[in-house]
Amino acid sequence: MELITRGAVITEPGNTIENKTGSWRVFKPIINYEKCIRCMICWQYCPEPCILKIEDEEKKKNTPAPKEAMKRLPVVEIDYDYCKGCGICYNECPVKAIDFVMEER
Amino acid sequence: MRTMIRGNESIAYAFKLARVQVVPAYPITPSTLVPEKISEFIANGEMKAEFVPVESEHSAMSAAVGASARGVRVGTATASQGLALMHEILFIASGMRLPIVIGIGNRALSAPINIWCDHQDMMAERDTGWLQFYAENNQEGLDLGIMAFKIAEDERILLPAMVGLDAFVLTHTVEPVDMPEQSDVDEFLGEFVPHYVTLDPEKPATLGSFGFPEHYMEFKFAQWVAMERAKKVIDEVFAEFEKKFGRKYQKVTPEFTEDADIIFVTIGSMSGTTREFIKKMRAQGKKVGMVKITTFRPFPKEELKEALKNAKVVAVTERNISFGFGGAVYGELGATFANMANKPKIIDFIVGLGGRDITFKTLESVLSEAEKALNGEDVSEVNWIDVNKEAVYKSEGLQ
Amino acid sequence: MNYENEEFFAPGHGMCAGCGAPIIVKWILKLAGPNTIVTNATGCLEVATTAYPRTSWRVPWLHIAFENAAAAAAGVEAATKAKGEKLNIIAFGGDGGTVDIGFQALSGMVERGHNVLYVLYDNEAYMNTGIQRSGATPWGAWTTTSKVGTVNPIGKIRPKKPIAKIIAAHDAAYVATANPAIFQDFKKKVQKALDTEGAKFLHVISSCTTGWRHDPSKTVEIMRLATDTGIFPLYEIENGDFENMRITYKPKKFKPVEEYLKTQGRFRHLVKNPEYVKKIQEDVDAWWAKYGKYYRH
Repeated sequence: MELITRGAVITEPGNTIENKTGSWRVFKPIINYEKCIRCMICWQYCPEPCILKIEDEEKKKNTPAPKEAMKRLPVVEIDYDYCKGCGICYNECPVKAIDFVMEER
Repeated sequence: MRTMIRGNESIAYAFKLARVQVVPAYPITPSTLVPEKISEFIANGEMKAEFVPVESEHSAMSAAVGASARGVRVGTATASQGLALMHEILFIASGMRLPIVIGIGNRALSAPINIWCDHQDMMAERDTGWLQFYAENNQEGLDLGIMAFKIAEDERILLPAMVGLDAFVLTHTVEPVDMPEQSDVDEFLGEFVPHYVTLDPEKPATLGSFGFPEHYMEFKFAQWVAMERAKKVIDEVFAEFEKKFGRKYQKVTPEFTEDADIIFVTIGSMSGTTREFIKKMRAQGKKVGMVKITTFRPFPKEELKEALKNAKVVAVTERNISFGFGGAVYGELGATFANMANKPKIIDFIVGLGGRDITFKTLESVLSEAEKALNGEDVSEVNWIDVNKEAVYKSEGLQ
Repeated sequence: MNYENEEFFAPGHGMCAGCGAPIIVKWILKLAGPNTIVTNATGCLEVATTAYPRTSWRVPWLHIAFENAAAAAAGVEAATKAKGEKLNIIAFGGDGGTVDIGFQALSGMVERGHNVLYVLYDNEAYMNTGIQRSGATPWGAWTTTSKVGTVNPIGKIRPKKPIAKIIAAHDAAYVATANPAIFQDFKKKVQKALDTEGAKFLHVISSCTTGWRHDPSKTVEIMRLATDTGIFPLYEIENGDFENMRITYKPKKFKPVEEYLKTQGRFRHLVKNPEYVKKIQEDVDAWWAKYGKYYRH
């Protein structure tokens, strides 16, 4: 996109992905894959959205989920580039499979 | 084809001939006949368009922006209070570079409420980034209505345009016009192609974004550049129109100015009266002329400098007032000559507000003051003509 | 086609951590899919997602001003008809842009019956300008223009404008209140609205962490409490048929309103006074006594 467009239109849909809002985070949600039951409630309620639902076998291999956890589909993964650390996922998880810890920088 | 139409119909026919696709409009005196006529055209099957009978002028302009952003040709009409209610969205239409066209029945603003002719409504919108044209008669309303689309939609410009017709004097007066053939207008305008980014699910774009200080000024400069470029495009379109339809248009039209010491500057329907007055004065041997302004935005500085260069006194007659300063035309004309070494005396005459008739008597008063100035006498910069000043001074407690 | 696994609302936006609005938006877009155009009233959602040169929107999106998202949508719809095309046209507005300054444009759009889905994300105050009271602010809420003090110990002293009923009274094709925390009901209503021809209106509760004054992690929990206490009932009305209004969700057992009030700083002063809590409880009970019969399983 040119620096200035006519009428201030933005022609690159979804290019806020260039804003790494993960820098806002104070507390960090961490998924405990041993406990995760794949209910997708965290994915459902993430307001960024930055909880990814990974169903593809190949992509799944690149997640931090341990091998045991990967046997079941799908896998959720938090994209920390964008996670602002609101904690909704942590609060809503029905099996307390998300820890919420002080961010270390 | 020779047809008898009212001024409002000239806008409605211009929209029909331009194959406008969406008309969101709200009725207001004196431009109500425009949406009525459009509704009739659609009901008869003479025009294929979506008419949106909105609940206010604010929504009319908002819907116009929505429709134009979606990539169709859009026209609407309003006047006075209605245009004032659109004010906020006028800036947005031009800022988004959407080539919407409005027909205006030039009418006074409240208070007191008044439905008759003056130019305060459009003059108050001169900073909103819209092209502005004023018609002298219904033929001009029709022609400018058609040309407005071609100018506004030009890839080099992309600015919305308003065409003014004087309330009642034109909007409700039947005059004969040469109605262009549909095929000729089709050829002249070509099929509508939006030369701008539209709302299209195939190419999702964000329109109406939030501009921070680091970008905002560039967007405003872009509008300035477009307005400057419009000067040439308007000339081109006027020339093309003349070639096709045989009627000549100019941003400013000088008449009897060659040897004139005193030149009247006019806008709109007052030009006809002034022309007859000048003929009469010239028959009496007075060296007077006139310059009619058709294009007010962009302001035709160069053409006015040229047209008025030999005048000793310029008498600006105008139907608007900026309280605490003077008329808009006077202000802009004064600034146009500010840096010129040789300049005429420029005197402002506020006339015909709220539908007060502009007669030969009015123009005689103007000429009399202008002649005083010509003879080196002191004359007020801003002069209110045909006003009962005594009554006002009394009501203000000055007597 | 099902687009539930796609995101049409991108991360990297500037909405506050824990804001309820993006949850609503992302799901409405997932259910609507890519053949959609959005108009957006001025407000948090608009300013925080489209700071030039970046946008969070992956569908065509238009913002004009504060009070005209419905009129903008009407124009988009008319042009879409003129082009002979068909798609979802969705307007998003906050409570200011919907129940107050945008009310006239909304009323006009609904009366004319444009095929538009208007979504009110209601956070119950002018949050974009910093928590000023709106017509949708509930009785007793503190805001920066309904302050609590010795002379006025209550905060806002007028009840919330019943916007869903007002729009339903236009004989709108479909009107519903919805709560993303009551997820299946919310989804069903969005889908139903999208599938209905004509003017549709969804009144969706949307917590604002800074305005309601609660921990960001509690957003969904508090919204759920709004319905489970009976304060934000979930119902739908089709074609203005109030006789056949349907309450679509009812908690197994209502929680006392205090459980909702005490979660938020904006009600802190009320919770201290049992009389105020009692008044709110009575209002809620009265609503359910009157309308409870419309609950259909």
